[in-house]
Amino acid sequence: MFSLEGITKAIDTWLNAHFNSTVVLLAECVLVGVAAIALFAVLGLGLVWMERKVAAVMQIRLGPNRLGPKGIFQTSADTLKLIMKEGLTPDGADKFLFNLAPFIVMIVAMLVLAPISFAKNFQIWDINIGVLYVSAVSSLSVIGILMAGWSSNNKYSLLGAMRSGAQIVSYELSAGLAIISIVVLTGSLSINDIIQSQQNGWWIFKGHIPAIISFIIFIIAVTAETNRAPFDLAEAESELTAGFHTEYSGMKFALFFLAEYINIFIVCSIGATLFFGGWMPLHIGNWEAFNHIMDFIPSSIWFFGKTIFLIFLIMWFRWTFPRLRVDQLLNLEWKYLLPISLFNLLLMTVVAIMGWHF
Amino acid sequence: MGAISLIVLACAGIAFSAGGIIVAKLLVRGSTNPQKGQAYECGIPSEGTPWNQFNVGYYLFALIFLIFDVELVFMYPWAVVVKKVGMMALVEIIIFLFILFMGFLYAHKKGALKWM
Repeated sequence: MFSLEGITKAIDTWLNAHFNSTVVLLAECVLVGVAAIALFAVLGLGLVWMERKVAAVMQIRLGPNRLGPKGIFQTSADTLKLIMKEGLTPDGADKFLFNLAPFIVMIVAMLVLAPISFAKNFQIWDINIGVLYVSAVSSLSVIGILMAGWSSNNKYSLLGAMRSGAQIVSYELSAGLAIISIVVLTGSLSINDIIQSQQNGWWIFKGHIPAIISFIIFIIAVTAETNRAPFDLAEAESELTAGFHTEYSGMKFALFFLAEYINIFIVCSIGATLFFGGWMPLHIGNWEAFNHIMDFIPSSIWFFGKTIFLIFLIMWFRWTFPRLRVDQLLNLEWKYLLPISLFNLLLMTVVAIMGWHF
Repeated sequence: MGAISLIVLACAGIAFSAGGIIVAKLLVRGSTNPQKGQAYECGIPSEGTPWNQFNVGYYLFALIFLIFDVELVFMYPWAVVVKKVGMMALVEIIIFLFILFMGFLYAHKKGALKWM
């Protein structure tokens, strides 16, 4: 049966059998790096294509359909076009920060991959504070965005970056509280422990109404954190041209664009891990036969299926809700979502202490 | 893998971005034009600098965010042990949240959350 765990085990035993430990460590480092880069490239191309296809379906049109079957090579061709474009730095820009910003955004997106569990026993680093690590590191990307906006010497960029900063730090609170309400149930911050605790059912089913409320808050907050519509004030095309990356062109623009999609993937995979059990198949209590049948589907398919479902949900939002004004956006967070999520957390604590969850 | 994976991933991020930018640099033959480097502003010459005084509202939100962000960091270890400690931990966090919420209400009363 196809499993990612088996592949890594086989590579590890083969390397250990043929080389000494230093060479093995080096080779594994290189392999992890190459795998991460390959994942980024595939995800970037795939998600942009998916976004365009979903948009097309929502608007009853065909979408990209010329290059390759169903247009799957359209995004590769777009990347090729972007490589051929000149990446220019505007006069009067802070050149160092302007060129550093795409690197920061990209490195942060890469670092967040470390604790994510893609399949059973398939994780780069099983860190014991996984969830805290993810929420801490992913909030660093706001530095890259502010840097890009400030150094561009462009009013649109600065406004977009400032809005994005205010928005990301605000919605981080709700996302963090939603994460904490699941941590209360599991009693562990490690991603692996959180997944193991959902062996007899996912938290969204086991955690009663508080879990459902925190899932809704989480999905709203991460939509805002990744600057997606209806919260795409940072790059509102109709008012700010392109927001913080107005002045970026060519490959540097492509890096920002890619990082946005990678961030969507990462937050959706965290959502899938916390609420839908990550790679854990759909298990119901002690229905042994049913659970056994579900185990036949490989864990990587479960993980990617759930993540892509959540990504689809976020893409769906884009074509359903109109964009908010900046004051409405901040009101929504500070006057509604934050008190609701604090109250919900207390409710969840009562449920956890009383042992009312399944 | 241990903490070394962070170095590996950071290097992969740098290699990925630098690779793309360097390949683009090698392939592209740029043209020069005196107007090319100007900041984009609807096609007209740009007026003034963006680096001047800015709406204070953004900074107010950042300050209020600080209150709750520190609270959030305190709540992670609390959340890990709350099931073992039981009711006592719940009462304590309610007192903690109450004090913080008073600060939040004060800011709200002062009009810090109103967008101007």
